[in-house]
Amino acid sequence: MIQVSHLTKFYGPRPAIQDLNFSVNRGEIVGFLGPNGAGKSTTMKILTGFMPASDGIAKIAGFDVFDQPTEVKRNVGFLPENPPVYTEMTVRDYLEFAATLHQVPRSELKRATDSAIERTGLGDVRNRLIGNLSKGYRQRVGLAQALVHLPKVLILDEPTVGLDPKQIIEIRELIKSLAGDHTVILSSHILPEVTATCQRIIVINRGRIVAEDTIDRLTTRMQKGLVYSMVVKNPMDDGIQALRQIDGVSHVSASGSKLTMELRPGSKEIRDQIVETAVTRRMGVLEFSAERLSLEDVFLELTTVEENSGRSSTEPNTALQ
Amino acid sequence: MRNIWTIAKRDFKSYFTSPIGYIIIALFMVITAKMFNATLGAYIDRSAMFQAYGKGPNIHEGIFRPVFGNMNVILLFVVPFITMRLFAEEKKQHTLELLITAPITMLEIIFGKFLSSVLVVLAMLLPTLVYPLVVMSTASLEIGPIFTSYLGTLLLSTSYMSLGILYSAMTDNQIIAAALGLFSILFFWLISWGAQAAGPVWGDVMQYASLITHFENFSQGVISTPDIIYYISFIGIGLFLTHRTLDSYRWR
Repeated sequence: MIQVSHLTKFYGPRPAIQDLNFSVNRGEIVGFLGPNGAGKSTTMKILTGFMPASDGIAKIAGFDVFDQPTEVKRNVGFLPENPPVYTEMTVRDYLEFAATLHQVPRSELKRATDSAIERTGLGDVRNRLIGNLSKGYRQRVGLAQALVHLPKVLILDEPTVGLDPKQIIEIRELIKSLAGDHTVILSSHILPEVTATCQRIIVINRGRIVAEDTIDRLTTRMQKGLVYSMVVKNPMDDGIQALRQIDGVSHVSASGSKLTMELRPGSKEIRDQIVETAVTRRMGVLEFSAERLSLEDVFLELTTVEENSGRSSTEPNTALQ
Repeated sequence: MRNIWTIAKRDFKSYFTSPIGYIIIALFMVITAKMFNATLGAYIDRSAMFQAYGKGPNIHEGIFRPVFGNMNVILLFVVPFITMRLFAEEKKQHTLELLITAPITMLEIIFGKFLSSVLVVLAMLLPTLVYPLVVMSTASLEIGPIFTSYLGTLLLSTSYMSLGILYSAMTDNQIIAAALGLFSILFFWLISWGAQAAGPVWGDVMQYASLITHFENFSQGVISTPDIIYYISFIGIGLFLTHRTLDSYRWR
């Protein structure tokens, strides 16, 4: 549904995105993840035809974004960073306007707006002025605008920014329900956001893709080894020493009553052994848990690794100036 | 065509959801009414005087030429305030992104916005039809010159608009857009004042470039092709530059 190859965009001499390659299949929800200023919005603006790329090709539903912008725009619904709403219009009028702009036939207009209002839960405010609505409702109006013409592709730039927790959950559910009929790309710099809604994520940093995979595979791939933590009543030195001697444990550190054990990569199941050692040494086990490397860590890992290598790769560019 | 109308309709409505549309029209009506009243009074006084000598100036020359002349000066000050919001506000509210990512062309957006402000000026001019009607109820008045004066006024004010819309596309600050628009319109209005001093060749050029010299014929009941061509090209250049400006906004 979406193919991007060698996409590059320069703002003056500064590259915003460099040589992006990815594709999104029909009905998929893909998360675009990266710190602020990584190039997420730039990529989205190019995909929606808001701005042209400096180099590379982007195709949506088989149409080239640069050569056939009108066909592309007909098939895309876009929610920019700031919901593009007219504060002096009512929700209804605004959605009708957006639908008309997106070539919804006159006879379908009412049905299209009604269904968009219903799907985004705007029924109560449909006749209110958008200017009088809260940020959360405006965001929903923006989302309703993006899907009022039932586009094949939805591009959502930080769709849940500024919403309260309940609304965030509702919007996430809504986005999930769109999968299948629509292909969705959404961007975020918040991890749980992407974990909760997307099937696949593309991590982008300093204008380059640093990882692209399903969430499960990404965490496993980055997992260097398991970490167990144990809270004990009396963390005696000889007990800790005994734990260190267990085969497969690479490192044990103690802070107060909390012991953290790192395992060598690829080691077999030894939880039984650890607990047994602690019990026989009478350390008084209170808690035992396995700590998985969370996506948060993966994300940090990826973006900080890139920071070092990224700096060296951009140096030739700055030298050229 | 449907796209242009969609844009124009929304923009026209939004003039009247805020006070600005009503304020502009009301002010315009008050000022022109006052002017018409004064000109009419002066004409009646003069014609009483002229009656002793025989023939006086005709009604169009005596009343409507000065009224239209003044109306154009007022429009000069009003039009920049009509056009200032067209793109500046879209940029400020981030709604320009909605328009640009919709399956319509930039040209359709510009024409739609332009049309909406033309409609506002038409709504301003409509009540002024009362003045010729009032005069016609008591005296005989030639329709021709009135018609051409309206045509000229419309062409002149749409020329103002093409400048105003250009500055609106350049900034997201409405006040700056209005101020720049006002100064540029004044420039193209007053440029003919320097024509006499500028020598034969430049004098002619400046005379030709001035917005107001081309209104003369219309106010006398003459529709001349060169004047129409001047106004149409003026509007065309303004809209072309607007298109360039907005396109460069996308490329940045």
